[in-house]
This record gives sequence, structure tokens and C-alpha cells, in this order.
Amino acid sequence: MEERLMGTLDDARGRFAERAVASGMVDVRYTTTDSPLGTLLLAATDAGLVRVGFEAQGEDAVVEELASRISPRVMRAPRPLDAVRRELDEYFAGTRRTFTLPLDWQLSHGYRLEVLRELAKVPFGTTESYASLAAATSSPRAVRAVGSACSTNPIPIVVPCHRIVRADGQIGNYLGGRDAKIALLALEGALGPDPAH
Amino acid sequence: MTMQKPFEFAVRDHGRTVLRVCLATLGPDEAEDAWSDTFLAALEAWPGLPADTNIEAWLVRVAHHKAVDAVRRGVRQRGVAERVSQVRPQESRWPGDEASTLVRAVHDLPERQRWCVAYHHLAGLPHAEVAALIGGTPDAARRACADGVKALRAQQAALGESEQDGWRNG
Repeated sequence: MEERLMGTLDDARGRFAERAVASGMVDVRYTTTDSPLGTLLLAATDAGLVRVGFEAQGEDAVVEELASRISPRVMRAPRPLDAVRRELDEYFAGTRRTFTLPLDWQLSHGYRLEVLRELAKVPFGTTESYASLAAATSSPRAVRAVGSACSTNPIPIVVPCHRIVRADGQIGNYLGGRDAKIALLALEGALGPDPAH
Repeated sequence: MTMQKPFEFAVRDHGRTVLRVCLATLGPDEAEDAWSDTFLAALEAWPGLPADTNIEAWLVRVAHHKAVDAVRRGVRQRGVAERVSQVRPQESRWPGDEASTLVRAVHDLPERQRWCVAYHHLAGLPHAEVAALIGGTPDAARRACADGVKALRAQQAALGESEQDGWRNG
């Protein structure tokens, strides 16, 4: 029942999203996109990309978090995220090694923010240990705090916390799941000889 | 505490009901604009809304005000157009499905019956809230609603149809 009405509704929602964004009142725009790691949620503010969410984190939960932490004026609006989606597609296709997207760091604070800014410098195709990353910060022995900064990274993949591995050569944990971390390191050609660890 | 919910969820969860209400009150030619105006006004007000607001009822109230605005605007524009030209307006473009037939029948009711039936049966507002919205007493709203439903049933019987799904009790 109501197929025509629902068709009308989908069209109306699409046109409304464009109108709402044009009004300047939508503080957070988001969309979802397919990737080799499953569906990714991408969210941006006027300042830039603010959040990348993995499927396992739950779309509704991520959108609710954006509403409570940034602004409840959150809307699904694919078009403003076209550039983000394009760079991610190129990255997964193996034709892009660095992202040029403006980033909005507002979901990270204090030492975690310092860690994320530092790890954003780790180049494509390389890895670094939690300990050596800590050594590059203002608290050089805060290895555990570096681990928690990575595990709460709001902009994974683009801010490459997957490049931070354990000092003993093991892959370590990843907020998108260990398999996702292995897949990303494999894509970048950065896997050691024994990826089973 | 003010609203913390993502605005997108309001569009997702209540967009359909608000569209049916706009179709019933304004018809298909003006429904989408009123629907869009309703949600744009809602987006503006959203962060200041109390967290425990009944969102659907609130949206229907906003939609009612937008519908009244649209009718006033339409009357003005038609007034000008009719003086300029004697051309009849085009036949409205209603979707051809069963639910739209029902919504269309609601749209064809006299104004107060149309409002009462749309807001009570399509949107689930209690008669007292409908009365607060359109003026008059809750009893008058209840009677107008009952008269509207009676007219719809008579019309359906005349057409030899018996579909009654989509109606809420009360």
C-alpha cells in the first residue's frame, strides 16, 4: 500500500535535504558509502570531515552521537560528501596514497587530539608502534593513552590509526575490527611476513 | 532539557504522516511545498525544542500553519490569475493508488471536516488538540470528524467499495 505516496516521499526527502543544506541550518551532513570494509558512514561540518563510522558501530548510534556532541541539526545529505567519497574510493582502488580533505577535529580533545594529529603524519604504507608514537608526543611514556586515542579515533582510515601496531610486530586491536586493520595494511602493502598475528 | 535527537530521525520517522496530512489538507499540487516548508521550519526550531516534545503532533501543528499559509497564498494568486485569464486550472495530479484515493476523499471534504479527519485519523491527534489547533471546542471537532467519516463511508458505499484500512479508531 502507498507505493506512489512513498515514491513521492523519497523524492520529497531528497529535494528537502538539498534545500535544508542550502539554508545553512544543517550543522552536520552525513551519508553512507560502500567500501571493501563494509558500509562506512561519513559526516562533515562546515569545517570538514568530522566522523567516519564503521558498520559495526551502528548507523543510528553514530548519528545520535553526532547530534548530542555537535548539534541536533544533523541530516542525511549525500552531495556535500561527494569529495570525501571520491577520495575514499580512490584510496580503496589503490590510486590514492594521501587524503587532501579538510578535517574537523572537534570530537577529539587534549592528549588524544595531540596523538591523532601526530599519527596523521605516519605515511601510507608504513607502520609505527604505539610506543614510538607516544615518544613523539608531550607524554613520551603514555603508551596506553596512545592506544586509547587510537581506539576512539573519530576519523579512522583518513586519520590512519590502522598504521599503529604493537612493538612486538603483532597487528593489535582496531576500532573497525582486526580484519579491517589487516585489510587496510594489506592494501597499503604494509603487512609483515606473518599477518596471522 | 532541549532536543538531542538527530533531526534526520524526525524526517525519517514522521515524514510519511506529515506528507499524508499535507496531501489531505492541500492536495497533491501544493503538498510537497507545504511538507518541505514544514520541515524547514521544524529544522530551524529543532535545537530549542523541549526534549520530551511529542514530535509528530508538533510537526502536524507546524504543517497546519503552513497549510493555512499556503491556502491564503493560493487564494491571493488565484484571485489575480482569474482576473487575468479565464483558463481553468489543470486537473490535480493525485497518485493513483488506494491510499491516495482515501487521502483524496478526505481532501474533498468541507474544510473543517477535512482538518478534523486528517489531524485525528491520519495523524492521530486527540480531538482536544485538533480543536486547539483549528479553533472551536473539542466536542465540535469530534462532531466534525464524525460527520467527515460518515460522508467518506457514504461515498465509499456509493462507489461499492469497502476498504477501510488505514483508519485509526477513536
